[in-house]
Amino acid sequence: MNPNIVTIKDPILTIEDLSIAYDKKVAVKNVTVGIKKNSVTAIMGPSGCGKSTLLRALNRMHELYENITTTGSVRLNDEDIFKMSTIRLRRKMGMVFQRPNPFPTMSIYENVIAGYKLNGNSIKKKEKDEIVERSLRDVALWDEVKDSLNKKGTFLSGGQQQRLCIARALAFGPEVILLDEPTSALDPIATSKIEDLLIKLKEHYTIVLVTHNMSQAARISDYSMFMYLGELVEYGKTKNMFTNPQDKRTEEYLTGKFG
Amino acid sequence: MNTDKVTRIVLISVSVLILIVAGGMVFALVGGAIPSFSHFGLGFITSATWDPTEGKESYGALPFIAGTLITSLAALVISLPLSFSTALFLGEYFRKSRASKIIGMMVDLLAGIPSIVYGLWGFYVLRPFLVDMGFENQGFGVFTASLILAIMIIPYATSLSNEIIMMVPNDLKEAAYSLGATRLEVITHVTIPAARSGIIAGYILSFGRALGETMAVTMLIGNANIVPTSFTSTGNTMASVIANQFGEADGLKLSSLIAIGLLLFLITGIVNAIGKLIIKKMA
Amino acid sequence: MNALNETDNTRSRILKDKIVLGIVIFFSLLTISPIVLIIGKLIAKGYKQLSFGFIVENTPSTFEAMTAISNHETIPGGIANGLVGTLLMVAMAAAIAIPVGIIAGIYLYETPGKFLPNLIRNVSDILQGVPSIVLGLISYMWVVKHVTNGFSALAGSVSLAIMMLPMIVRSTEETFKMIPQSLKEAALALGVPYYKVILKVMIPTGFSGLLTGILLAIGRVMGETAPLMLTALGSSVINLNIAKPTSAVPLLIWEFYNDPNMVDLIWSSSLLLMIIVLSLNVISKQIAAGRK
Repeated sequence: MNPNIVTIKDPILTIEDLSIAYDKKVAVKNVTVGIKKNSVTAIMGPSGCGKSTLLRALNRMHELYENITTTGSVRLNDEDIFKMSTIRLRRKMGMVFQRPNPFPTMSIYENVIAGYKLNGNSIKKKEKDEIVERSLRDVALWDEVKDSLNKKGTFLSGGQQQRLCIARALAFGPEVILLDEPTSALDPIATSKIEDLLIKLKEHYTIVLVTHNMSQAARISDYSMFMYLGELVEYGKTKNMFTNPQDKRTEEYLTGKFG
Repeated sequence: MNTDKVTRIVLISVSVLILIVAGGMVFALVGGAIPSFSHFGLGFITSATWDPTEGKESYGALPFIAGTLITSLAALVISLPLSFSTALFLGEYFRKSRASKIIGMMVDLLAGIPSIVYGLWGFYVLRPFLVDMGFENQGFGVFTASLILAIMIIPYATSLSNEIIMMVPNDLKEAAYSLGATRLEVITHVTIPAARSGIIAGYILSFGRALGETMAVTMLIGNANIVPTSFTSTGNTMASVIANQFGEADGLKLSSLIAIGLLLFLITGIVNAIGKLIIKKMA
Repeated sequence: MNALNETDNTRSRILKDKIVLGIVIFFSLLTISPIVLIIGKLIAKGYKQLSFGFIVENTPSTFEAMTAISNHETIPGGIANGLVGTLLMVAMAAAIAIPVGIIAGIYLYETPGKFLPNLIRNVSDILQGVPSIVLGLISYMWVVKHVTNGFSALAGSVSLAIMMLPMIVRSTEETFKMIPQSLKEAALALGVPYYKVILKVMIPTGFSGLLTGILLAIGRVMGETAPLMLTALGSSVINLNIAKPTSAVPLLIWEFYNDPNMVDLIWSSSLLLMIIVLSLNVISKQIAAGRK
């Protein structure tokens, strides 16, 4: 057991001895860690350290790649995710990507409701309206777009598009939201809006965020992981890690020696 | 004069040759077709009679226009499920896999087979097979010709649709997967809507290609100068009537064949222009 | 919170997904089946006739063929007249189309977005869609009627050249677009005259791309029958006079197909034609793959 990894009581996600390899090249190595409910957890590390792969494994999006092997287990509320259907799993774990990717053929309204449409859930118009309004309010986009719900989502600014994508993930009522460097394509103002939003969202959701921006992790996360070469080096309260890193590699990364 | 100027002049004047060639083609076709059009007027397009008997010669292009459009449309419909499935196989389901490489290579090879070889295979293999299956007595006619045409345009339609499908950004598909969609749902809700106009353009271009195919159709359609009445009926296309009757043609008949060539040129030109326009709008 | 009415459609959706995958695989295999069937048929029926003599001898007369058949012998002779004719006409077509096509392609690449190049590009695209039989008609009216005053190899080459031209224009432009701009600028910055940049930098750098386009175009026109029927007509002996009727392999296949005594020769001739055309295809694809 790595002493620099804190144990979380009653975690919502329990990752145990998880290893992932692409074409026999190991990307994630024996990671064991718990994620706390209703908190923001940041995964940091230099590029190629396996942080995105680890995030994608949580809703099994990594299985879209060819020739992957996965060992170990991940449990969501004590249910093995590798035994769930991906359909049900991904419904419980929303995901937001690096670049805003609203569906260009759908309107703003349809984008928010896309999860229902894609999954073939027919719901009443009134219910849809409610979901769209609630999700857009959750991401503080409602006032900006309520008069142009039928316009294509691609007409919005980058920051608005990314908030629309978060709304799309929220509309389905997930338990966990996974974000893969969600602000790396955005300007500083749009970035700070998203950061504020994430802090607010943790009241209702558990948030896991990959970032290569250390100050972002320091600003918004409660817990931080530091990964290096596929290994989870250190995990703990963000405040503790930034003020008093335990592992030499973490310290070097945080002081800008590499990355 | 400096060399760069000379270079530019050479580049421009040689390139303008292409315009001259194209202009000369239109000029030659129109010139050759004038005797026929001035003799028959617009009736050339609407008349269904093709009678070379001396003294009461009468030529109308309707049977061939009808035969061309019917066989090409039927070929398009037959090729659609096959080429679209193969494009999905190559560009979506087995993208970058070894299976995809092999199938892709075979599709390329299909595109390389000369028309006359398709014709031979159609005549000696496909036609007897259709007769055995009880489709037709002789195996000649609109259906057989459409089938061979379909096989011929499949590689073309496949690679055009495949190219467009590959261009659909991966992050859109990932967004749909992350919402719990199955592969089929990603294809129907994300890939196809995003690629729709390109795929349509690809099929329009394939249709344009079917319109002008000559040899294989000539060998299978039965070469009857009538407007086809059913799929088992024999007929003739614009390209195949030119190929068949050209050898013994002169005077009004030759002019009428050239007029058919002009019409074929115009129809394929318009169809191709529409296809290219859609693709240009997408980019 | 969760407004989802959890009608569990998961199983039926996964089933549907699998069924469609099955259909896609089935149709894909059906799509490629003709290539296997066609090549198999050509080999099975054609390989016996293939020999050295088949390549170096002229086509037999109908009478010779009939005699051989009635004596249960293989038909004598070969398709040398067709092979030579094909080589002659394709070489002439290439000699016309390659320089013009490459120069026009360079021009289009050099001046994007202007009116004249756009017009030329669109006209070239339209030319590419013109059915080959129409190109035969045109070459008949231009060359057969006014230049050689009769069917001729030259007329055949002209129709094939018009067919090749737009393919080469396009592949040249595409190839040059892929060469980094900086390479050209580096050469120009050294004060090299522009034509030398084209000849010494651009063409050598894009050489394999140009070659791929040329080989593909040659492969395409080599199998063409329809335009040659209206222009080159055919000949039972080897002809090297470009003003005289000339044979070609596809033309011979068409003649054999129409002559009951010669019909046995269609398979071997087609097999030979396919070997040539598909090798060109495969070689050009290999070159293209090696570039990436």
